[in-house]
Amino acid sequence: MTLDPNTLLAIVAMAAATVLTRIAGLLVIRFVAIGPQQKRALEAIPPAVLMAVIAPTALVTGPAETLATLATALAATRLPLLAAVAIGVFVVAVARALIGA
Amino acid sequence: MAPLTVAVMPIGLVFGAVAASKGLSSLEATLMSAFVFAGGSQFVAMDIWTHPASWGALAFSALLVNIRHVLMSASIGTKMPAFSGPARYAAMLLLADEIWAMAEVRAGQTRLTPAWYAGLAVPFYCVWVLTSLAGAAAGAFLGDPKAIGLDFAFPAVFTVLVIGFWKGRDTGAVLFASAAAAVLAHQFLPGVWYIAASAAAGVAATLLTARHREACA
Repeated sequence: MTLDPNTLLAIVAMAAATVLTRIAGLLVIRFVAIGPQQKRALEAIPPAVLMAVIAPTALVTGPAETLATLATALAATRLPLLAAVAIGVFVVAVARALIGA
Repeated sequence: MAPLTVAVMPIGLVFGAVAASKGLSSLEATLMSAFVFAGGSQFVAMDIWTHPASWGALAFSALLVNIRHVLMSASIGTKMPAFSGPARYAAMLLLADEIWAMAEVRAGQTRLTPAWYAGLAVPFYCVWVLTSLAGAAAGAFLGDPKAIGLDFAFPAVFTVLVIGFWKGRDTGAVLFASAAAAVLAHQFLPGVWYIAASAAAGVAATLLTARHREACA
């Protein structure tokens, strides 16, 4: 049960950023109107950021990761989150064993 | 409401286990879940975690991942006439995707009350924090997560979340642009700039496709 000062600082900074996003909406509806253009831009950010985290793993790490990402994405269109994640983890483990990574 | 609380359990466990594999103590993993309480940004943080932790990069990425909360709180904020001013802000501190979605559905059917909201959000929050602790405690004993593919758990979680954002071809344009920008920036720029590059490319793609559609219409 250790607590690194840098880690604590990072957690507090993340928490502050997140609280800001959570209450910003209340301030926004009091003072400004969000137009359709701004709404589209804000809506594009979360999938783009998630894609940023996936893309290097999925595209430039190795064939096992590429294959597993495809399998997870396909599974996600039909299955709940945990099942799709389990399939991804299974595929990456098997592919690494077969291809060697 | 119960299914929601049950559904968050495995995700909390996975977060705790992944945090342990990144070298966070059980206390640190639990504090992050308690203070940040936003799964997507917590998993992203684990992906870019360094020792010592880079607080600026982590806060910036949390801001980007959670920017959708601005829209969510703006939307649900207009449906809370039964809440006092302070209660409205307190409610927002526990605003997560799942809670927001349930509250929006509820507001469509009946008047949203503070008691109903608390009954939904408080158990959800407690389970998230406790399963993170349990996952971190168990994860410390799992050993090398790569051997059983567990390091792939968060790319897999993100892949599922991205599929959840799918709203047709426009989403495809956003994802294509953000993936290309992410890979390029990841290869050539230091640190976590690839996340900002990817967000900028996604926004540019969505604005360009909107303009293109207006030009054609």
